[in-house]
Amino acid sequence: MRILKYLLRKEFQQILRDRGMLPIIFVVPVFQLVILTYAADFELKNIKYVIVDRDRSQESERLLARFNSSKNFHNMGERTDFKDGMEALDRNQATLLVRIPNGFSRDLQKEKNATIMLDVNSIDGQAASLSYTYASEIIRKFNDEIAMEWNGLPQKASFPVEVKTRYWFNPEMEYKNLMVPGILAMLVTMVGMFLSSMNVVREKEIGTIEQINVTPVSKIAFLTGKLTPFWILSIFELSFGLVIGKLLFDIPLSGSLGLLYGFTAVYLLVILGLGLLISTMADTQQQAMFLSWFFMVIFILMSGLFTPIENMPVWAQKLTLLNPIAYIVKVIRAVLLKGSTFADIKNDFIVMAGFAVVILSMAVYNYKKRA
Amino acid sequence: MVRYENIGKSYEGYPAVSHISFEVGEGELFGLIGPDGAGKSTLFRILTTVLLPDEGHCFFDGHDVVKDYKYVRRNVGYMPGRFSLYQDLSVIENLEFFATIFQTPIEENYDLIKDVYKQLKPFEDRRAGALSGGMKQKLALSCALIHRPKVLVLDEPTFGVDAVSRKEFWDMLKNLKSKGVTILVSTPYMDEASLCDRVALIQNGQILMVDTPEGIIRRFDKRMYAIQTQRIYQALNALQEMYDWQAYSFGQEIHLYAPETIDPSSLTDRLKAMGIEDVSVSLGEPEIEDCFMDLMVSSNIAENAE
Repeated sequence: MRILKYLLRKEFQQILRDRGMLPIIFVVPVFQLVILTYAADFELKNIKYVIVDRDRSQESERLLARFNSSKNFHNMGERTDFKDGMEALDRNQATLLVRIPNGFSRDLQKEKNATIMLDVNSIDGQAASLSYTYASEIIRKFNDEIAMEWNGLPQKASFPVEVKTRYWFNPEMEYKNLMVPGILAMLVTMVGMFLSSMNVVREKEIGTIEQINVTPVSKIAFLTGKLTPFWILSIFELSFGLVIGKLLFDIPLSGSLGLLYGFTAVYLLVILGLGLLISTMADTQQQAMFLSWFFMVIFILMSGLFTPIENMPVWAQKLTLLNPIAYIVKVIRAVLLKGSTFADIKNDFIVMAGFAVVILSMAVYNYKKRA
Repeated sequence: MVRYENIGKSYEGYPAVSHISFEVGEGELFGLIGPDGAGKSTLFRILTTVLLPDEGHCFFDGHDVVKDYKYVRRNVGYMPGRFSLYQDLSVIENLEFFATIFQTPIEENYDLIKDVYKQLKPFEDRRAGALSGGMKQKLALSCALIHRPKVLVLDEPTFGVDAVSRKEFWDMLKNLKSKGVTILVSTPYMDEASLCDRVALIQNGQILMVDTPEGIIRRFDKRMYAIQTQRIYQALNALQEMYDWQAYSFGQEIHLYAPETIDPSSLTDRLKAMGIEDVSVSLGEPEIEDCFMDLMVSSNIAENAE
């Protein structure tokens, strides 16, 4: 125990003496939270669109007026024919082309059924699907209105069910409420993983490991001494991030903070274990850096932080079951926004504890005092 | 105290050392002498339990270093070839760190390191990375000694250290020896061999000879002629034309190893006739370096012939 205490003291001395460390601990979280929360906003405003109206009827004008008055859309003007309209898409002057064919109004009146066409620039799939959704919504309302007018009375018969949407757990659809908890998860992960993956390999690089290996200090004590400081630092990062999130973005803290810390504590064992495993495998800090980046990028992109996991193909969804970041993103959001209790996230806890045991065992096994 | 028995170790199929056997007695100051890449570090790393041998056995105070590695780690002081203390910790922090790891208070063994450490005392709060080469050496030695090891293993401790510090360092080793510590030291500098009780000459992973410095000199079976001249290069060329023997320059003179007796004055005349006027030849006393040069080259020739 005395050895462990001293090992810890030594690690802390080294970390705090490292001049690059303080900015990493304090500046990085602020930057990530502020910049990412504001920048990675998914709501689309001012979707640029162009119109080709070959019908020029009262009805087509009314439809277009609806587009014009929407805050989501920004009119980039009219084009005379479809070819010009497509060209506007090609040149990136617009994201959406609304085509109203000749005879739109006539078909609508005679056949009670008319067609229009929407062309969406789908290079950015997410923006495209949002544009489409917004546009459909406008057209649906237009439909309702027309139907009501022509049939003389409110058509409760044909529209018996009215859908009213309320966004539960995030009533205002505040994007930041979703992002801040996710970024907190990312922050804790980054600090834990990068620092721990660099550490043992650094001792290898500067040769101090050779001296340590010849001493009677046990490998468990040595590695515990290595990981504990980063564990504490990462927990501190979480607290720091929560304070910023509360002060700057006023994120809701619905659930128990104790639960949040408890889960993060277990989660960090997994991340630090992974960093340690990388560190024992790599021969240089450069290799360790590349390996951690590799894991970080895959884990983050498949974590549900930016793209909902439900949008992924089934095989990818299965893979996320192995992704620790997916669990923490889910749990942090659940606890902060939804106020989930231990019973709700019990399974995640068990899985995470399992991960921790496996990863740490691998890391300890892989660190050899003898070659 | 230390015994190597037929030790062999290969890296990726290339043998680093093979069939190594020798013994180091208790309280001995034992030198392992050989050029870079000869296998000195490999032998030391096997002894200090950081490397597993492919074949053979190595014993430390009667304990097998593979089976009983824990005993070795408690009782060996190891100073790797590369400075391997924490550069971002201060002198005293490094010392405390190693004392704690071995669970021994610094005061308990301070008498052992006192002579070494007292020179570091004024810089106790300086970071190890900011010390001069010689000071780093002393700190590393102090840290390797703090748990009063039975055997001290020093891998090229004087490599890249200036002549004064080197001498100081060897004085410290003698001092430690007088306190009963068994010392294994490796060095690429042949002149340091004469400072050891016994030396092993190692080359290409094989031991050429193990003996006391005097014994090695006694075994020298040639005559050594010292040739003094300002024109070393021309003289070496001339000697090469005349004889099929080895000749090397040592500072201001050339040493010629002759398997038969020659007349110094007639060699002087012949060299003068070849335009090397300031030359003088005399029969010299071979030193340990001469023996090594001779041994190493003959073994190389023998190996190439195989």
